[in-house]
Amino acid sequence: MDETWGRRSLRQLKQIANDPLLLIVILVILASLILFILYPLVKVITTSFLPEGKFSFSVFKEVFSSWYLRRAFFNSIMMGTLTALFGVGVGFIFAFTLARTDIPFKKFFHLIAIIPIISPPFIGALSIIMLFGNNGFISDHLLHLQNIKIYGFKGLLFAQIVTFFPVAYITLRGVLDSISPTLEDAALDLGGTRFKVFRRVTLPLAVPGIASAMLILFVETLADFGNPLILAGSQFPILSVQAYLQITGMYDLPKGSALALILLVPSISIFFLQKYLVSKKKYVTITGKPTSSTLKLVSPMVKWILFAVCLFFSLTIILIYASILWGSLVKVWGSNNTLTFYHFKYVFSVGFGAVKDTLIIAGISTPIAGVLGMVIAFLVVRKEFPLKHFMEVSSMLSFAVPGTVIGIGYILAFNSHPLLLTGTLLILLLNFIFRYVPVGIQSGVAILRQVDPSIEEAAIDLGADARSTFRRVTLPLMVPAFFSGLIYSFVRAMTAISAVIFLVSSNWNLMTVQIMSQVESGRLGAAAAFSVILVLIILAAIIIIRSILTLKYGRFGGTTLKF
Amino acid sequence: MSLKLVNISKIFKDPDHANKEVIAVKDVNLEINEGEMVSFLGPSGCGKTTTLRIVSGFENPTTGEVWLGDKMINDLPPNKRDTAMVFQSYAIFPHLSVGQNIAFGLELKGFKADIVKKEVEEIMSIMNLTELYNRSPDQLSGGQQQRVALARSIINKPSVLLFDEPLSNLDAKLRDLMRFEIRRIQQSFGITSIYVTHDQAEAMIVSDRIVVMNEGHIMQVGTPFEIYSHPVNKFVADFIGRVNFINGIVEETNEDASYKVGIGGKSKLITSSISPFSVGDKVLTVIRPESLSVSTGEQDSTAIFHGIVEKAVYLGPTVEYDIKIEGRENISAVTHNPVVEGVFKPGDRVNIDFNPAAAHLLGA
Ligand SMILES: Nc1ncnc2c1ncn2[C@@H]1O[C@H](COP(=O)(O)OP(=O)(O)OP(=O)(O)O)[C@@H](O)[C@H]1O
Ligand SMILES: [Mg+2]
Repeated sequence: MDETWGRRSLRQLKQIANDPLLLIVILVILASLILFILYPLVKVITTSFLPEGKFSFSVFKEVFSSWYLRRAFFNSIMMGTLTALFGVGVGFIFAFTLARTDIPFKKFFHLIAIIPIISPPFIGALSIIMLFGNNGFISDHLLHLQNIKIYGFKGLLFAQIVTFFPVAYITLRGVLDSISPTLEDAALDLGGTRFKVFRRVTLPLAVPGIASAMLILFVETLADFGNPLILAGSQFPILSVQAYLQITGMYDLPKGSALALILLVPSISIFFLQKYLVSKKKYVTITGKPTSSTLKLVSPMVKWILFAVCLFFSLTIILIYASILWGSLVKVWGSNNTLTFYHFKYVFSVGFGAVKDTLIIAGISTPIAGVLGMVIAFLVVRKEFPLKHFMEVSSMLSFAVPGTVIGIGYILAFNSHPLLLTGTLLILLLNFIFRYVPVGIQSGVAILRQVDPSIEEAAIDLGADARSTFRRVTLPLMVPAFFSGLIYSFVRAMTAISAVIFLVSSNWNLMTVQIMSQVESGRLGAAAAFSVILVLIILAAIIIIRSILTLKYGRFGGTTLKF
Repeated sequence: MSLKLVNISKIFKDPDHANKEVIAVKDVNLEINEGEMVSFLGPSGCGKTTTLRIVSGFENPTTGEVWLGDKMINDLPPNKRDTAMVFQSYAIFPHLSVGQNIAFGLELKGFKADIVKKEVEEIMSIMNLTELYNRSPDQLSGGQQQRVALARSIINKPSVLLFDEPLSNLDAKLRDLMRFEIRRIQQSFGITSIYVTHDQAEAMIVSDRIVVMNEGHIMQVGTPFEIYSHPVNKFVADFIGRVNFINGIVEETNEDASYKVGIGGKSKLITSSISPFSVGDKVLTVIRPESLSVSTGEQDSTAIFHGIVEKAVYLGPTVEYDIKIEGRENISAVTHNPVVEGVFKPGDRVNIDFNPAAAHLLGA
């Protein structure tokens, strides 16, 4: 086997050597993947296992002997599991109701379910504090409750469900839309009751999607940092926050790395399990003609119950955003309701640097990540070269690695010569580029797999050389994927917090980090104003990119943009 | 220009097992004359596409040479070859309009915009595409896409046109129409062409000569008439149309290469055969169902077989029979004048005979 592998690599190498440009591109990409994705992870591992330059489990022993840190591990896993269960539950209800019933206001519900995806993940936590916290609007003003325990388990779980159920909704909506309603019609026709048809036909067909959504939600919740930092409190330790505190509070790098590693293992395993499940997916419904859903699967009563559930969650989300908006406009949240632009003025005077930095960093890094993603997708799908599989896996890895781990890895890896990058713009850019490159790769690979290779062959056959084929045929075909990837990674870059919180400096700061520190110092108004501006920037960017695309292409070339 | 394939073989290595090989094409020799349309016909996996891709330059032959006119083109990359391929999936550029698709090749060659436009309009009017100039490809029917793909190739005035199952994605009716369309255009431009198909009727309609392939080898090259009436072996006879193989023994050989063959106690003088036989040789008499005559009534002692109808399929203009013969394989027969000849029912006893001029001998 080895020998044949070697010979094959040699043959492929010979082929690539004919095209020096290709060879250089491949080498540069491989080198940067190793340096900016793998090396930081290796640093996390070595720092935690080699505390005094020698291999030992001492750090891990210390971690696991601490009752508090054991608790953090347990809490994180529990929070991930519960969020996966409830988040997917709510997501499924949304998806099913919107895909299979004829309730009114479907567009509205869909929009509401999408909104949390394009806003910073900790907005839920922020508004929960504003609504239910010590001076909370609901707890204090409406219900006059004192000491409602919003910090800790309950509050965090609620925030996580609201934050992450939209992800489940999007996944499951796709799944349900791809299950042809004719199957359900056929089952009804064979005499099944509605509930039986749902249980015996719809649900089993959706099971792989449901499982996959649960795994995604588990990984995302486990990795989440913003909500727990605001809401967990000291009574309810969470792993990602504890890793952060070990590093920034105690300057204990080995222990922080060990916690990061403990966070990394379940994340990576679940991530690959999910990938495996998706690749095994065997339920494909083949439909020759598009079938319009006949919407017979639920009785009127069930329909209105589902409607009520959707309405409840939608109103909750509206409440969250309304409270943020309101909070940004009143003088002192909870006690002085005079309308004022004071907080916005504050943001633009004190915090303008962060706004500018965020725009610069996201604006530079996401197009680079997008182009890099397209190039890697092209190489992986259309070229043969040694280490191709390595390139694919390592570039996708940053999807699976929690931001906290990456952030710790970056400060460990790039804090000394010759790679002294901490405190610079470059480290932030690199972090964003390599975190969001998988987005581009995924959409690029998806579109290239759809493009029949004979389309490129046709161009060659008509006389185009390799370069003009890429430029005139392959590249234009990838443009829609590029832009939809771009929107997505821009949103992620604007709202990221977990990794960058380790990497910001007084020279280069980010809005999300600013929001966090405003919350910590109790300036909810300023935090809310920052959040509003952040969401507005994101919306503006999405609208601009989409209108450019629509102007230039009239349509999205067959790919559906998520937003 | 003429096209010549000399000793072409192509062996694929299995990427995961170096010692596993697939022989896709083996020792193919073929000469195609200028302006001729030749079709490759054969079962799935017999190497048709591979041969075509070797001509277009997308595969390198393991051994052998490709000659275009008096030039050996083995080392020319596909974009430098004067061949044009019409892909099975049409491979129309989805991001370009119909007009831009057709203009693609000329633009690459650096022609001026006004010349390109003139040429494109000309070819589009020849191919009845004029109205579609600004359409985007996803708004075209299958037949229109097919014509766009053809126009995009032909506009470059290639020396050789290569079609890989160009009609397999169309419905039956459109397929019938497009066959003639392709043939008409190929003839009016006089372009040397190869047409890959596994539909024998299609091969017969469009081509000057047919190349029958099996397992990478060329079995026979000939006009549709030759292939159908004088197949060189059992595979070809069986692959093209329906056929009966009737065992017999050579009783007499003649100077003019005709043979008296004994079949079921009777003798027939058969003039068409593939190889010299000697007296006593076992032979297969190839006889097409439509060459058999079927009749009822008294047992006709001159008829070669007597049998019982097992199955009769009435199709209007023809009737197809499956007839059981004592001690032999069933025989299929087709009659063409059911009103006059009558339609026999399963169970009917029938006499079967054939005119020896319609028969052909193969070695058994
Ligand atoms: N790239 C390849 N690698 C390995 N084997 C191949 C490759 N391309 C073709 N083959 C093999 O070569 C043989 C001939 O394939 P080819 O595509 O030429 O058949 P074909 O006659 O065009 O069949 P069809 O009528 O199904 O299109 C097949 O056994 C096929 O599996
Ligand atoms: Mg083929």
